[in-house]
Amino acid sequence: MKKIQRLEMKDICKSFHGIHANKDINLYVKSGEILGLLGENGAGKTTLMNILYGLYQPDSGQIEVNGSPIRINSPVESITHGIGMVHQHFMLVQNHSVLENIALGYKDTPFFFPKIQLRKRVEEFSKQFDFKMDLDQKVWQLSAGEQQRIEIIKALLNGADLLILDEPTSVLTPLEIKELISILRQMKAEGHMIIFISHKLDEIMDICDRVTVLQKGQIVGHADTADTDKKSLARMMVGRDVVFNIEKETLAQGKKVLSVQNIHVMGDKGMPAVKGVSFELFENEIFGVAGVAGNGQRELAEAITGIRKINSGTVVMNEKDITNKSPRHIYDNGVAHVPEERIRFGIAPGLFLYDNAILKQHHLKKFSKRYFLKYSQVKDHTKTIVKDFQVATHSIHNQIRNLSGGNIQKLILGREISEQPRLLVASHPTYGLDVGATQFLREHLLALRKQGSSVLLFSEDLEEIFELCDRVAVIFGGEFMGILNSDDKRLSDIGLMMAGSKETETQTSNHAI
Amino acid sequence: MIKITTSDRYNITPLRSLMTNVFSLAAGLVVISIIFLVAGVNPLYAISEIFMGSFGSFYGFKETVTKAIPLILIGAGLTLAFRAKFWNIGAEGQLLMGAIFSTWTGLTFGNILPSYLIVPLIFFAGFLGGALWGIIPAILKIKYSINEVISTLMLNYICAEFLTMLIVGPWKGNTRFGFPGTNNLPEAAILGVIPGSRIHYATLILSIVCAIILCVVIYKTRFGYETRVVGENPDAGKYAGIDFLKTSVILMAVSGGLAGFAGVGEIAGIHHYLGYPASVSSGYGFTAIIVAWLAKLNPLYAIVSGIFFAGILVGGDAIQISLGLPAATVEIVNGTLLIFLIMGDYFLNHKLSIRFSSKSKG
Repeated sequence: MKKIQRLEMKDICKSFHGIHANKDINLYVKSGEILGLLGENGAGKTTLMNILYGLYQPDSGQIEVNGSPIRINSPVESITHGIGMVHQHFMLVQNHSVLENIALGYKDTPFFFPKIQLRKRVEEFSKQFDFKMDLDQKVWQLSAGEQQRIEIIKALLNGADLLILDEPTSVLTPLEIKELISILRQMKAEGHMIIFISHKLDEIMDICDRVTVLQKGQIVGHADTADTDKKSLARMMVGRDVVFNIEKETLAQGKKVLSVQNIHVMGDKGMPAVKGVSFELFENEIFGVAGVAGNGQRELAEAITGIRKINSGTVVMNEKDITNKSPRHIYDNGVAHVPEERIRFGIAPGLFLYDNAILKQHHLKKFSKRYFLKYSQVKDHTKTIVKDFQVATHSIHNQIRNLSGGNIQKLILGREISEQPRLLVASHPTYGLDVGATQFLREHLLALRKQGSSVLLFSEDLEEIFELCDRVAVIFGGEFMGILNSDDKRLSDIGLMMAGSKETETQTSNHAI
Repeated sequence: MIKITTSDRYNITPLRSLMTNVFSLAAGLVVISIIFLVAGVNPLYAISEIFMGSFGSFYGFKETVTKAIPLILIGAGLTLAFRAKFWNIGAEGQLLMGAIFSTWTGLTFGNILPSYLIVPLIFFAGFLGGALWGIIPAILKIKYSINEVISTLMLNYICAEFLTMLIVGPWKGNTRFGFPGTNNLPEAAILGVIPGSRIHYATLILSIVCAIILCVVIYKTRFGYETRVVGENPDAGKYAGIDFLKTSVILMAVSGGLAGFAGVGEIAGIHHYLGYPASVSSGYGFTAIIVAWLAKLNPLYAIVSGIFFAGILVGGDAIQISLGLPAATVEIVNGTLLIFLIMGDYFLNHKLSIRFSSKSKG
């Protein structure tokens, strides 16, 4: 196989459910170059790279290597073409050793005694790139950064000339990010080409030679990092000036709504995900939880709303204990929930819009009488949500799976907000929404706050957190690093806290317990 | 190189749905024709014999309606279970358990109670038997995550062997001249038939009423709504606070109970005693799976598809006699049709696109 000197994607289009994920994409990357792929969540970066890696087939357009067109029908084919990918979520067998994991994906692994023969090759490679790792350690004992390195070694061993990294820094600590950057620089020096996907401007500016900016599935600009700055990239990425202007009234804190005391919750893999979190929430308040994804936010939200079991600790809502009560019981006590995985939890895809509009409320007197559902009320209710929340659909007699993610999210929000909850638990509510919808939604959250409800807002978007929240907690490794008031001077330290450094000063100006 | 890709199809019209089914059945009949050809029979003659035998004559049609009764009952019940993606393959066992319960009730109280009391009582007993047998896999699934396909399928055999044990052992009747089987039910417990036929009309009416009620349940009630949500997306069901155990137990009680009704009909309407499992039911519990599927999981349509498949069963008997084909032939016909219906369903929900392109290098 000839080494890839130049790879080009021409006029790539791909749509899902009739919505363009990628439209007329043209980009190229040369050997010895790092190309940044920048865009907001849902801009189509990952879809584009999955096409390059053979996971998806483009609806139209083609991929050219060294000037001649190729077809990539599967990841196996992309590997033979010299394309390797490190996914956001690592594809490793947790109970196997590092070496075994490398052997698993390696195309020349011998049938007999694979480990002995492979060990030498891997050791040579590690030396070349200055990787330090114990090949006999089990993967589950390793940190995210080390696991990522295994993925990189796997790709390089398979002869990848082009390495795609999908949001590689999102799970790493600052130190690990530094190490990754030095590895990437070395690869570049050896003539590899790298596509680096990110929505973080600093990294893009730091690592990449060129950057291509995606917005809503389309390319909105190319730039050399040498002749641009963060500000203009940011404007390209979001298609507007970054500063929002939402009026947030100053409201006096009301009565206590929710009190969470020292709760411990397990994650999906049976490892502790939330370790002793405590906080209180008051009327007229938006309480933000900031943090890098995967630090226990999802588990905390699910525990409060009754989807996930709480191992110890208590959750008290309006002076009633709702710890480990059923989701319906908790809902009936005034807790609404916009789930993080909205397609997985929030909807029944094959049912109509109006069925989905009452997903948590069908048992309420408003919508059901004894054993029967009052479908005329249900449909009226749905029409109101569709109108108030600008859900784009031709009819409420439409299966919800035909709607785009943003419209599904609007319906879910409408459903959860319409019943005036005492507490709204919202996980990444604006994730994947366009600018208008984001603004609209934030205004709704503030309106809810004004009406005396409280909102528990989980977000990775610091801008959103600063703009909406009265108090902010930073979560890292399942623990709160600290709780800050929005007028607190230490807000600038939030970045540090998100990386795991605890609040140092005594907690005077907040309500942490 | 030819490349075939699939994508999801949206906005499926009722017409497309109907036509897909018609074409699936037609394609299935083509394959069945090949099987007939291999067996050395003129396929056109054989297929026309099947439909003439079941719908073409008055006698045949009466038999078709008789056999449609259990198929409608079970098929309607299965639509509810399948809606929740609860794959109940155990209707045969639930039917037999209904037969066992109703036989016991009939033999025990048939001589004491008048007809207008004993008949409802044996139906109640049959429902109870089927429902209890259906609830077991529901509890196993929700409480212990045991796959319902395995448990419902295996419970069929347990029930069939249990029934055999009863009729060769403790329940063996003294009027059977030593052959296995219970005594006949007392006169009061036997269902009336339309004169000149074997159509036990009480069960026929019951089957249609049940199908209509189930249709209302699925589309208009809270329980039906919860069933559909759970079937569409169990995680959303959990998020919405739906009690899985309660929902599954109720829907399997109904699904099993209707199969139990079918068992009552077979015992009190047709055989009048409990004999070997294979004579109590000619595989109705399995054929009804196809009935439910062809009905697109709508209990009302199960009435139509129940009659259709009853016709194939009766027609199968007819070609056994007129063409000397083995009894298994009709099962081949049924199985082939089911496979084609399921395939048709895939093409209904997915769009297929075929692309021709030059073979890629490497």
